This record gives sequence, C-alpha cells and structure tokens, in this order.
Amino acid sequence: MLKDSSFLNNLGEYCIDELKKIGTTNSEVVVGHSISEDMLQRNNKIEEVTRSEDISIGLTAYINQKKSSISTSNLTKDNIKKAIVRCYEMAKNTPEDQYCGLPQDQFLDKDSNNLDLFDDSIIPYENKKNYVSECEHEALVQEKIFNSNGVSFSEVKSNFLLKNSNGFSGGRKSSVFNISCDVLAKENDSMERDYEYSSKRFFKDLPEPKSIGKLAAKRAYSRLNPQKINSFTGPAVFEPRVSSSFLSHLLSSISGHNLARKVSFIKGDIGEILFQENINVIDDPLIKKGLGSKNFDSEGVSCKKLRLINAGKLNEILLDTYSGKMLRKKTNGRCGGATNCYFENGKVTKTDLIKDIKRGVYITELFGSGFNSVTGDFSKGGSGFLIENGEITYPISEITVAGNIKNMFKEMILANDLEFKSRTNSPTIKINNIIIGGK
Amino acid sequence: MNPDLNEFFSQENSISRKSAETIVNNTLFKCDDGELFLESTVSESLVLDDGKIKNTSYDSSKGYGLRSVNNDITTYSHSNELTEESLKQSAKVILDASKNFSGKLSSGPQKTNKHLYADVNPIEAKNFSEKIDLLNKIDKYLRSKNSYVKQVSSSIFSEYQQIEIIRPDNQSYSDKRPLVRFNVSVMVEKNGRKETGSYGTGGRKILDEYITELNWKKVCDIALKQALVNLESVDAPAGEMKVVLGPGWPGILLHEAIGHGLEGDFNRKKTSAFSNLMGQKIADEQVTVVDDGTIENRRGSITIDDEGTPTNKTVLIEKGILKNYIQDRLNARLMNVQPTGNGRRESFEHIPMPRMTNTYMLSGKYHPEEIIKSVDNGIYAVAFGGGQVDITNGKFVFSCTEAYEIKNGKIGRPLKGATLIGNGPDVLTKVKMVGNDMELDAGVGTCGKNGQWVPVGVGQPTILIDSITVGGTKN
Repeated sequence: MLKDSSFLNNLGEYCIDELKKIGTTNSEVVVGHSISEDMLQRNNKIEEVTRSEDISIGLTAYINQKKSSISTSNLTKDNIKKAIVRCYEMAKNTPEDQYCGLPQDQFLDKDSNNLDLFDDSIIPYENKKNYVSECEHEALVQEKIFNSNGVSFSEVKSNFLLKNSNGFSGGRKSSVFNISCDVLAKENDSMERDYEYSSKRFFKDLPEPKSIGKLAAKRAYSRLNPQKINSFTGPAVFEPRVSSSFLSHLLSSISGHNLARKVSFIKGDIGEILFQENINVIDDPLIKKGLGSKNFDSEGVSCKKLRLINAGKLNEILLDTYSGKMLRKKTNGRCGGATNCYFENGKVTKTDLIKDIKRGVYITELFGSGFNSVTGDFSKGGSGFLIENGEITYPISEITVAGNIKNMFKEMILANDLEFKSRTNSPTIKINNIIIGGK
Repeated sequence: MNPDLNEFFSQENSISRKSAETIVNNTLFKCDDGELFLESTVSESLVLDDGKIKNTSYDSSKGYGLRSVNNDITTYSHSNELTEESLKQSAKVILDASKNFSGKLSSGPQKTNKHLYADVNPIEAKNFSEKIDLLNKIDKYLRSKNSYVKQVSSSIFSEYQQIEIIRPDNQSYSDKRPLVRFNVSVMVEKNGRKETGSYGTGGRKILDEYITELNWKKVCDIALKQALVNLESVDAPAGEMKVVLGPGWPGILLHEAIGHGLEGDFNRKKTSAFSNLMGQKIADEQVTVVDDGTIENRRGSITIDDEGTPTNKTVLIEKGILKNYIQDRLNARLMNVQPTGNGRRESFEHIPMPRMTNTYMLSGKYHPEEIIKSVDNGIYAVAFGGGQVDITNGKFVFSCTEAYEIKNGKIGRPLKGATLIGNGPDVLTKVKMVGNDMELDAGVGTCGKNGQWVPVGVGQPTILIDSITVGGTKN
C-alpha cells in the first residue's frame, strides 16, 4: 500500500524539528514513497516480473547562506539522526553563497487545481498481462517480424511531500503507466529493431494494445535493407519522436542556471530572436493528467503557464530562486526544469512540408550525444528515409546530421501534427540546409 | 558513520540473519538460480562552479533484492526496508510467479581470496574541508593560468559500496568497493567565441592517490589545453574518410562498436548483429580485444560480480577471430558456457545482466608516428564524449571533443567536434594499423544499458580506421 500523506507528514515534521534543534537557520525536507510493478513479456512468455518499493528522504540544511544536502533511504531512527547531524556539519563547513536560501514567495493556495494525476484503481495482474500479450501478439504476426525484445509494462504509484521551515507543506500522489513494445524485423541479411510506446497517468487512457504492437512492427520492418547515401546539403524533416529533442536542447539553453553562468549559446536577453515569427513554445504545468504537471515546483513555488518563445522571440527563461537571485529576477516556479513543454502547431500538414522537397531526408532516429550547449554545434548519427520529388522513398542509415543549432532554429518550419506523448512534445519539423554526412 | 551490512539484521529491523536465510532457502529451493542481494552504499559529491562551492551532498542508501530464475524467467522484488514482513512479501511475489516450477538449483560461484582494491571508505579518508579547499584552489589555478578562462567547474565524487549475496545453499559472497572520481571542465572565451574542454581521473583507490598536487594540475592543464585548441578549430568535413584514433579513451569505439554486441543476453536472444558470428573472422589479424575486470584499482574492475562470480580476463577477439561473449549466470547457463564474471547491476533496485568491465585492444606493432605518416588526408581524433549503439543493426556513434586534420602525413589544424558513425561487425575489418602504445582511459567512464548505469573502463593503442563516416559541417 502506498503510504498515506500523514505518514510522510510526520516523518517530514520530525526532520524539520530536529534540524531546527541542532542549529540550522532554515531547512527543507522531501519525503517520497513509491511502489512499482513491472513485467516483460518476450516471444509470448512472461520473462521478467519485478516489484519494488522505495521510501527515501532528502534533507537540505541552511546555516544562514551556507547550504548542504543529504538523501537517505536508510530510515532507521538512528540513521536519520546521523544524517541530520552530518547534513548540519557539512553545511557548517561549506563556504557561504549569497544566492542560497529558501524561496520567498511560496505556493500556499489550499484550493489548488486538481490536476488528476493519480489513478487509485487497482488493476488486476491478469488485465495487465492480457494487455501486454495482445500488444506483443499483434506485433509478432506482422510481416517480416521474427523476434522480440519484449513488451514491457510498468505501473508506478508514488506519493511525496515537501516541507520547509518557512511553513510550506505540500505534496501530491501520482501514478504512471508505461507500455513499450520493441520488436525485430529481418529480411535477407538485414536486421532492424524499433519500438512504440505510451505513457499515461491512468491505465484506462492507454491506447489499444494492438495499435502499439502494430506500429512497433511497422517501424521495424520499414527500416529493413537501408542504404547509405552520399553526403549532401539539403532539407531534413524530423518526425515528432526526434524533433522533440530540439526542444530539450532549447530548454537546457534557456535555463537560468546556464544563462547566469554564461555557458549557453543563447545570450538570454528577453526579446532575443531565436526562431521565425510564427513559432511559439509553451510550458504549461496545469494540463490535467499531464506527465509533467504540477501545482508547485521542487522548491514549493507556484507554477503557472509560460510562453517561453513568443512569435519567435525569447519571452521567458526557466528560473528557480537561486538563478533568479543571480540574474536579479523573480523565480517563475521552474526549479527542477520545465513541466509540459511543446511547440505550438504550425500551419501546414506533414505532407505539405515534404511535397516540394526534391532531395532530402526524413529522419526517424537521432543518436549520440553530439550537441555542444556552449557553442550550439550539433552533430548526431541518424537514420530514416530518403525524400525524392516530394515522396518518402527508401530507408537510409549510417548517416550524420550536422549544423549549428542557432541556424537550425531559425530555419525551422513546423507541421500541424502535435501530439502529447511525453513531457516535451513537438510536431514534425523541417529544417532547410542541413549537412548530411554519408559516403 | 561507517555503514555495515550487519546493520540489516538489527533489532530495529526485526529480522535476524538466520531468519533471512531461512526465507531465502524456502523461497528459492525449487528454482534454477537466485539469491538475496544486500547492498549498502554511501556517496558524497562536492561541486565547484562559477567560482564557488555550488553543491555539497551526501547520499546513503540501503536495500535488498530477492531474485528467482527459472529457465529464462526472472522474478525480482526489492525494497529499501528490510524487515521480516517485507522480505516475506517479496518471497510471496516469487512463490506466486514460480508456483508450478520445479528446477534444479545451480551450484554457486567459486569463491576467491583475491582483493582488487583495499577495503576503505574513500569519503572518510579525506577531510571534508580539505576537499573544499582543493576545489577552490583548482578554480584559482585555472583562472590565473589563462585570461581566456571564463568558467570553471570541478567535482569530487566518492562512493563506498558494500554488497553481500546470500544464496539458497547458505553460501555468502561479499565485496566492498571504493570508487572515486575527479572532474574538471573549463570554458574559455576569445573574441566572443566560447569553447570548452574537460578531463577527469579516478578509480578504486582513495582520493589522495588521484589528486596529488602534481596530478590535479595535470588534469586542469589537459582540460584547459583542450578548450584552447577548440578555440582555433575549423569545421570538420562530412563523409567517409580515414580516421586515426589516439590511445586510451578513444577505446570507447570498442565498447560501442563491438562490446555491447558481444553481451550474452543479446546473443542468446539472437537480437545482436553479432549473433551468428562466433568463431568467424570479424577483424584484421592485428586486432585482439579483451574484457578484463581483474586489473587492480581500475574503475571498471570488481573482485566479484553482483552474482558472486569472480571477474575474469575474457578474450573477445583474438587475432581478428570472434572468441567469446561476456556472460552473467542466467545467459551462461542457457547458452551452456561458463559465466565470465560480468553479471553486474547498478544497485539492489536492479536485475543483473551481462555488462562490460574494462574493455581494451592490445598493442600492435606500429609506432604511432608511422600511423599518422601513412595518412594523406584524414582526421586524428584524441578525445571523445559519449557514444551509443543499436545492437540489432550494429550502427554505432561516438562524438569527438578534440580532433585535428591530417594532411600529407602531418597533423594540421584542430577540427570542431563531430560525430563518427559506423557499423559494428564491419568497422574492425577496417582497422588497418594498430599502434604499440596501448593505454587505458583515465578512469571516468560510465556505461548505460536498459536504464542501468555502471562504472567501466576502456583502452586501446593508436589505430588507423581506413574509412568511417564523419559528421562534420563542411561538405
């Protein structure tokens, strides 16, 4: 059973009291409990079953402007006491930092929105098993599918509580159900794998299992017998699964921490032109059932919807109390990062994006860590399909996609096929003039 | 506070060693394999950034995982609360899943008397304030060394992991693993252009062995040099060309291109591009590659793996011929070979699987200068960031962070970072010259697989790859 809020509250209160007694001037505690159940079916057989239960606390002690943190999952009374002493001693020996401190404006609104993040129904094992089984079966019966990495299903239920010595106390129960189907296709000497997934707050919101299996299979067999193409410079179209990675790069580049330390390729001035005028980026923490939804951030500061990019210009950066102080701005409730972030839809369909391309690439996978957030230099491995005369033709692989992301941002044209699948979501994106490395 | 695994069996936890053993026996006696895995890990992280100590944190975690293996079916239950009640609940999860199964318990691993590292908690081996002072000294040193230096970050990470494996035959195996890591990264700015450089070192010894006055300055100097070189870098070319990889860390090529593809699980399931290549020639004759978890004090080494098997030096490729996979107990049993001591897990929250330790290519006969001289037009890559591989089609990438052009046998201008992409089963056939300067990396590598992260090492001599695709921006 998931521990109830009063259990977490008592533990949290005890820590705050003890931290005060020992001599901290301020403190914060997070208590979290989670239970998860996973299963993996591979080639029609349940191959792994895992149940896990975790409870842990995180303590932050302030002695004026000095700060230190401890986390522990060893919750015997004796160990918690030791952790508190250690946390205090570490803070005492850490140099002062003028920007350290608890947030001043906190979220204490008692009737906050119910974001509908917790599925309290109990899903019988058999139901999950059937779901997984239908999903894999549908994938395995598709043409050219010869093997499976399995269908994995996980259910995570968690409860957490955040408290600080200024009187903030808040928490939330949440649940996440994940399904992922990963299969292999084979033809001649070519072997390819691919996957499809879904992640939802409520079990009943997961899509038809067959649709996931079918799509995973289609993705895998469509990649078979890829060719390597000659290097060229031209247009690339990125499907949503990969285009959302551009959004992740944008988010790290406009985080207050990176901007204050001047280690981002973006200057960070409000109004700085980053994209074409028709592009907007939204971060909305209050979407019901959203995977990144929250009423308050990891410091307890209230979260509101932000327009990060408005008409192509930088409109808001991601701030917490610390980076806010560094930049002489107020926190906007983004301690812990963005929430549910997305590019607003463009005006054209995906087909329209592709139809006037004479020779280009349709990228379905990018891999490697080739993005330098200080310079904006971007170079990753990729695979996908060749576009010729406005049509997607044959699969290609072992290519590289490179450019500077500053220029890539300015060249972006968005399609109108935005879907909310994860925390960062993007429609299909076309970028003209990108360098494709091949033969 | 030096944690001890016996703390698990305290009065407060209300479970004795004896009753834990009884539950393990009663739960697993009809299974093919399984164990109770106990772990206590403490870690400390100190971070300097932007001219001050940004973060000091300490983490202590403790927990258990109870696993049963029947044929190829694994059931696992873990928790960080070890009480009689929680362990019984875990046992129930396993008994429910293996109701109709009757297997034969595999015999446990051979025991070893070896110790590849000292039993020492590196967090307590150096005073907290000394570590803080050191980080501050690093900041001053780098900023005063060069006026282009605009940002310095440096971190010291120390960890002490204790594990114990209790098997259903009442055999117990334990290991105590120190681990430290010291990293420096520096950003320079000249005429409005910013670039970065980074370097680090570490292993399974106390911090003082890695951050002597001489050594920490060397780490700083290497990071700074890389950043300054990058300030002068020009666009790298795009397309296939000759690439010379320097010694040491570029061995990440082996890790990505072939190491993962030779992990037993992928080959038992026949999902690897290497699945049907055992005994075949997959590389030039000059190429011999091993996975060696037995090198003393190395980051990737462990005395026993997380199933209790002593680690080994396993030959993966011998003179170009594919010889062995790396194995955990489950995959070894199902493939009818011996476990190789590669059954590793990130923590008690994870199921073990075949993982690399220190993977490297042995030295060949060429002098590194000869190798460079042989190239008319190509790239010399000496430092790399991360890499990644698709096991099934064999495609892998890794990204250079310091590279130079080679023109007419001479090293020329520095090049901007670029991704290299190739195909695992075929890249080693393109290795045409192997240098005589094998080096292991400096000890900061971490490898991810199925969401589990474990410390690893890589190494290689200077090598020439005849043709690989470079993801530059100059067409």
